[in-house]
Amino acid sequence: MSFSPLVGALAATAAWLVIGVLALIPAGNASFARKVAFPLGALVGLALAVFGLLAVWEPTASLTLVLGLPDLPFHVRLDPLAGFFLFLLGAVSAGISVYAAGYFQDEAPERLTLIGLQYFVFLAAMALVTLADDAYLFMVAWETMALASYFLVTTDHHQPAIRSAGFLYLLIAHLGAIAILLCFGILHGGQGDYSFAALRDAELTPFWASVAFLLAFFGFGAKAGMLPLHAWLPEAHPAAPSPVSALLSGVMLKTAIYGMVRVIYDLIGSVRWEWGVVVLVIGAATTLFGVLYALMQHDLKRLLAYHSVENIGIILLGLGMSMVFIGFGHPAAGVLGLIAALYHTLNHAVFKGLLFLGAGSILHRRGLRDLNDMGGLIRSMPRTAFYFLIGALAISALPPLNGFVSEWLTFQTALQAPILGHGVVRSLLPLFAATLALAGALTAMCFVKVFGIAFLGQPREPRHPVRAPPPHNGGDGGPMERLGMAWLAAGCFVLGLFPTSMLLVLNRVGASLTGWGLSDDALASGWLWLVPTTPAEASYSPVIFLLVIVGVVLLTILLVRRFYHGRVRYSHPWDCGFPEQTPRMQDTADAFGQSIRHVFGPLYLMKRSLPGPDDPAPKFTLKVEDRHWYWLYLPVARLVEFVSSRIALLQRGRISIYLLYSFITLIALLVFVR
Amino acid sequence: MNYAPGIAFQILQSVFVVLAAPLLAGWVNQCRAWLQNRTAPSILLPYYTLAKLFHKDAVIAEHASPVFRLTPYILFGCMWLAGGIVPVLATDLPFAPAADIIALVAVFALARVFASLAAMDIGTSFGGLGARREMLIGFLAEPAMLMTLFTAAFISGSTQLTTIVETLSRRELAIYPSLAFAAVAFLMVLLAENARIPVDNPTTHLELTMVHEALILEYSARHLALVEWAAAIKLFAYMTIGFAMFVPWGIAHAGDWAGLPFAVAALAMKLALAGAGLALIETVSAKFRLFLAPEFLSTAFLLAVLGMLTHFLVRG
Repeated sequence: MSFSPLVGALAATAAWLVIGVLALIPAGNASFARKVAFPLGALVGLALAVFGLLAVWEPTASLTLVLGLPDLPFHVRLDPLAGFFLFLLGAVSAGISVYAAGYFQDEAPERLTLIGLQYFVFLAAMALVTLADDAYLFMVAWETMALASYFLVTTDHHQPAIRSAGFLYLLIAHLGAIAILLCFGILHGGQGDYSFAALRDAELTPFWASVAFLLAFFGFGAKAGMLPLHAWLPEAHPAAPSPVSALLSGVMLKTAIYGMVRVIYDLIGSVRWEWGVVVLVIGAATTLFGVLYALMQHDLKRLLAYHSVENIGIILLGLGMSMVFIGFGHPAAGVLGLIAALYHTLNHAVFKGLLFLGAGSILHRRGLRDLNDMGGLIRSMPRTAFYFLIGALAISALPPLNGFVSEWLTFQTALQAPILGHGVVRSLLPLFAATLALAGALTAMCFVKVFGIAFLGQPREPRHPVRAPPPHNGGDGGPMERLGMAWLAAGCFVLGLFPTSMLLVLNRVGASLTGWGLSDDALASGWLWLVPTTPAEASYSPVIFLLVIVGVVLLTILLVRRFYHGRVRYSHPWDCGFPEQTPRMQDTADAFGQSIRHVFGPLYLMKRSLPGPDDPAPKFTLKVEDRHWYWLYLPVARLVEFVSSRIALLQRGRISIYLLYSFITLIALLVFVR
Repeated sequence: MNYAPGIAFQILQSVFVVLAAPLLAGWVNQCRAWLQNRTAPSILLPYYTLAKLFHKDAVIAEHASPVFRLTPYILFGCMWLAGGIVPVLATDLPFAPAADIIALVAVFALARVFASLAAMDIGTSFGGLGARREMLIGFLAEPAMLMTLFTAAFISGSTQLTTIVETLSRRELAIYPSLAFAAVAFLMVLLAENARIPVDNPTTHLELTMVHEALILEYSARHLALVEWAAAIKLFAYMTIGFAMFVPWGIAHAGDWAGLPFAVAALAMKLALAGAGLALIETVSAKFRLFLAPEFLSTAFLLAVLGMLTHFLVRG
């Protein structure tokens, strides 16, 4: 067996499993888990990223492993799509693992060893999901991933809220898994062969193809946090320890996107435009829902989790546009949409990972999670603040960082709408671009709120600390934490400044799936220029943009200093001459969202209690709830309870009745079975 | 290809925009004073104010972070950059391919985010209030602006502003229904984004109503001068974006030195008319209650989207 990226990727996956098991062995003394396992895991992640990137440029390789059941061996395959997602998994998890080495330093040893095992099994399972080339291995890896992440989410299982969040997560994950399993069942078309090669070749009628699409879309959508199956995400992601939250939001959601692309583009193959419209509608709803609910949150990690819902929506918008274009026979524009979606997948992994790590540092060093307790952190945690600001600007889609590039590409895809023949769909696409624009501006608002309230201003009096800050170090994040954040922040810059190199990688992914690529103009434009179609139509050069903006800012500083002076006096804040300014008078996170609550009032389910004018101890409370609970989840839960209570009537607890059941069954069998 | 004339035009135009912007602000103030039957101040007053502010010592709150001190420079740089992207005097500028209309809207968004962050930095009650209101206006104005620009992009088949201007200035003179919708939406966005009546009042310091002034309350001296100058450039840039889309005639091509005087004259005329029009709007209308601003802007957003759909329905 000669060396290839596939062998390397398998070796890296095995190395993660080994590290996980080794972390468990020296129980009671967790210095191995703390000092060696996580940094080593980060190196393995880097290696995996390199193998993934190599695989994009090499011909597709596949192997049949000796593992598995006697007649059902595991098939693995590494094509450009899998290579890209391995790159994402390896590169992002490298930063998170380095960070985890610092974050978990105060963790109790018995907890840490267990976390180490679950963490690396989780990583290895995600790698196997992308490598799997048959439905059997895919489902095994998928379920391992779900279970490992379930145990990570319930790390603090002594809290009832976290236990119920974990239960909800497990429940919806399994609903999704059943849908995926049924989808594979349809795809295999009665051949008895569940390898992906057989699924690809199976001929499906348009009806069954559409059913398979819907099952795959909602099955993977449940894992991605897509509306209306999102309810677990804002509960489960914040419940986990912060590096795990970063991994869940940054990487695990992306395996669901991988599954969607793999099944829809590769296994089903013939994409229909109606499917694209379904994806677009759900994507637009998910995007707006995610950002509007994020604006209402004051728990930092919960807020970030809602933004993951939003970003999944943005990815779905790109995918949906791509499917519409491919369905109408415009594969070049379709590939552009696919590239935009996959680019946003990678970008979201990088900046959301970074933001969760920043939130983790605040939690770790200050014991704070509620934005209303924070304030002025930029003075005691300047480095964390700097990295967090980069993440905040990136997620707000501001140039020259990476979030802007993928949203720009999504807009450019929408602007291809005039080539479509179908009048209604042609005018629908720009509406989805309008949704994206609205969501982008709302995201910027939300992150002004987060950064302004947490890091700027004056420190507020903490009223709901989650836990006591570590006594020996209340300052900035430690060196390992900062290294992890710096890695992801550098990713925001590199992906934002040199998008063309990633565009070439994604072009290969798109070409391997659809057989089409971008135009020659787009590919020949050079590293400086990002050109989606032709230079006359649109171009963007982040490097020139950055140079010019840095240049003019420096020039302004120099000119002001040269012609005038740099004299500064320090004084109390002015605040219109108001003398008794206290930190409590600053805007809180809830106050910042007030105007949005006013404008979008009917979308929220608000429970407010206003104090009366003569109340001696006035207290204002506000609770914003998700409407989906009341029209979808609770009715389903009640229905299940009702049905199970009826079924329970069968169980009378008397042996004679059970014997009667056996007798009736026997008679029925004798009558009906000949 | 010879880049020299293009680069010369680019630098010339950028410097021109920065230097001429306060003049436009002075002109608008003068027109407003005339319309309101007041004795008008000198048209050069904004320059005197800037010079005065630059000479003063800056006063900064003790616990201000670097974000606060850096923001005026970022604002000024962003607006300067915007002035370099928009074809004011000439088309096919060499910098134009580096940033298209989406990037242009994003530059304004970047400036808005930093202005709001700086307002929250000191931790005063007015700062937070201003930031919240500014972002409230921004989250609707930004997509409305983008949709307006997309309408023009669909007509010309490009998101490059220079290509848009070239296409639109060569078409025959006919009313495009889509552009008519877009023009109304753009005017509404211009008023909101530049803190003008009826959305905000540039001359107020009344805490119940101020938006832009609440944002910059803590700034003084050179920082305030840069912020105010950036605001003037922003108004100038918005007006020239409007000209580029709706009245693109008279603009020169890069390297065409002979056409330059004509381009300057055409621009001066358009600006004089637009400035007087702005003063007229501000004189005859009253400021809205804050929560009417979202309704005003969502009307703009819907008009812009309608304009875009009109383009697909009637192909023009």
